[in-house]
Amino acid sequence: MSTKKNILKIALIGNPNAGKSSLFNALTGLNQQIGNFPGVTVDKKVGTFQLQDGTTAKVLDLPGTYSLFPKSMDEEVAVKVLCNSTHEDFPDVTVVIADSTNLKRSLFLCTQVIDLKIPVVLVLNMVDLAETNKINIDANKLSELLGVPVVCMNAREAKGIDELKIALQKKVSASAQNIVEIDKLESRVIQDIGNALQANCMFASFIVANNLHNITYYNHNEEKKEEIKKILEINNTSAQKLQALESIERYRQLTTIIAQTVSRIKIVDSFSNKLDNVFTHKIWGYAIFLLLMFIVFQAIFTFAEIPMAFIENTFAQFSSWLAGILPKGIATDLLVNGVLAGLSGIVIFVPQIALLFAFIAILEDTGYMARVSFIMDKIMRRYGLNGRSIIPLISGVACAVPAIMGARTIGNYKERLLTIFVTPLMSCSARLPVYTLLISLVVPSKLMFGIFNMQGLLLMALYLIGFLAAIGTAFIFKFFLKAKEKSYFIMEMPVYRAPRWKNVGLTIIEKVKVFLFDSGKIILAISVVLWFLASFSPSNKFAEIEKEYALKIDNAAQQNNKIEADSLQNILASKKLEYSYAGIMGKAIEPAIKPIGFDWKIGISLVTSFAAREVFVGTMATIYSVGENNDDIKSVREKMNEAKNPDTGEKSYTLAVAVSLMLFYAFAMQCMSTIAVVYRETKSWKIPLFQFIYMGALAYMASYVAFQLLK
Amino acid sequence: MLKPLSQLRRGETATIESFNDLSLSLKLLEMGCTPGETVTLVRTAPAGDPIAIEVSDYILSLRLQEASTVMVKIIQGN
Repeated sequence: MSTKKNILKIALIGNPNAGKSSLFNALTGLNQQIGNFPGVTVDKKVGTFQLQDGTTAKVLDLPGTYSLFPKSMDEEVAVKVLCNSTHEDFPDVTVVIADSTNLKRSLFLCTQVIDLKIPVVLVLNMVDLAETNKINIDANKLSELLGVPVVCMNAREAKGIDELKIALQKKVSASAQNIVEIDKLESRVIQDIGNALQANCMFASFIVANNLHNITYYNHNEEKKEEIKKILEINNTSAQKLQALESIERYRQLTTIIAQTVSRIKIVDSFSNKLDNVFTHKIWGYAIFLLLMFIVFQAIFTFAEIPMAFIENTFAQFSSWLAGILPKGIATDLLVNGVLAGLSGIVIFVPQIALLFAFIAILEDTGYMARVSFIMDKIMRRYGLNGRSIIPLISGVACAVPAIMGARTIGNYKERLLTIFVTPLMSCSARLPVYTLLISLVVPSKLMFGIFNMQGLLLMALYLIGFLAAIGTAFIFKFFLKAKEKSYFIMEMPVYRAPRWKNVGLTIIEKVKVFLFDSGKIILAISVVLWFLASFSPSNKFAEIEKEYALKIDNAAQQNNKIEADSLQNILASKKLEYSYAGIMGKAIEPAIKPIGFDWKIGISLVTSFAAREVFVGTMATIYSVGENNDDIKSVREKMNEAKNPDTGEKSYTLAVAVSLMLFYAFAMQCMSTIAVVYRETKSWKIPLFQFIYMGALAYMASYVAFQLLK
Repeated sequence: MLKPLSQLRRGETATIESFNDLSLSLKLLEMGCTPGETVTLVRTAPAGDPIAIEVSDYILSLRLQEASTVMVKIIQGN
């Protein structure tokens, strides 16, 4: 049963909320890796641990599911792995984790796996909770009836882990029992299907036949598909009808099994019920949710700033130290301004991701997230979104990167995709410096109606526009996005529990790792490209400019005129940017951006701020020779205020230009990190590319209308 | 008398009799909503939709539209 290197392959499967991740974490700790299942957006979590006899066990954590009748891509993975003995992940033994307080429903999945004729160990989790609820389970009898070893466990406190390891060490064989005699349900049809598909066993054939649209997954071809269709047609039945028969029969069998093994005194969980009275209350429910969202928002907006500033400073100090000791040249420049700047731009997101996922993990773990869905579903459904979409959307106001990663908690693929698609339209914190600069440039700090600050009002309007664009886009796109899965809301409301801090910690580590290694490499690559664009010119123009200014700077230095020398340095930097590839690109797109009021200087900023929107301010500082290390917004503002349009001789930054520019930044996908994360989360370039084009078009149209109306 | 699950009032208990939507019934069946099973409406969301029912010892939430495909027989009023 073991493979050549004596590795025991284990698959872990269970209902959502049954404690599957607790068990996975308790078994493997930090020995976890995340990979891909080919062709789908589902993460593949694999971990390793040692059995007492020294055997290495490799556990595959299959996505949570209630049955082997998949309704989402996540759930399909389990069927693909377990029904195909030639699959690379096909397990030697499958551990099914069951919720003892919900045994009947848990056994539905468990007995399906047993009927696949693969070796199973059943873990009865939360036995302690069952005991406090006066539920007594006769594990020995259950083991006898199912024909599989049964281990009692409390995964939260890692009780029963050793017993499970011992059970895995013994050779587990497939149960001799069939819980549902599938070929007795509709004997002729099932037998014909079994003969046609020749899967591992009759039940595996049945499951495969129920997934006709996915039949290629099981190494079967179109011909087989037609054959199955014909069998169903001839017998005047359908896969769905057979499935309904199977489910009813299975629950019938389970009722007799439960009657022999579980004794209970019915107790309603009054604690969860009381909490629900508050958390789903028409006033308190929303008030508490808003308060929680406010805390989450504050955390990723404000608390994250401290570690973010630390990361930024550390990188800045390290960069200048490195620049000091290394010889001047292209290699050093690439290392410092390309690679290190890129790395800094990646690591900077870690505090926000860690904080958001700490909250999401706690909200999920306690069971509160299900209540959020419950009270938000009616509102969000209208826009094609899910009750859970509200958390990514609100977090998007701080930063789209962690927010998009947080959309993972949305089970339905279409709703998750829509959420990912519209979240970057929410005004994130990187837009704030751009807004602040432009608002202070053109809007006087005057009070309107005696109480409202006009600058504040405009800022609020920009945030509102972002929000409206997000839900408006979702509303429109829900009609166009084809759903492979049906949207439904049939969902378990788990009982409330205390969060498991180890799980929270491991979730944070997992998300940070995924971001750093998967999205990080894309961000790094783009930032090196951007560095190249801003640091090189096609001809030897740079050398000419440098030669010209070197002389002037030398002169100034000889006369001990430091101010003059500094200002010449700034002009040199500005000239170099103008003649760099980025500068050329900025000038090249000028005809295209002229109708929306932008000149080539803004064009350059559009190119460079692709790294992150706030880079706009720095680039403007360089262009207007304020000095790139001078972060003083006031001096940039003054320079921009003085700037004159060479054609008209009037101010360059009129109200029309500023509003047009702000709208452009509100809508356009000016963020390589978001693109990288969307790619990671959808596992294809299609969505991020389409998003880039859509948001760009939206930005252009909004800016065009605003500029033409206001000029 | 048969009526859709969506018309149950809070606190009312009923038994599941039949389903009107085959594909939706498959999801409900695997969640333990089998014919003959008793269900109790425990709460409704503030907007009246979705609803939460108690079935085979746990709480299941579903939308009104989904509940309207399940026909039930009331056995106990509130």
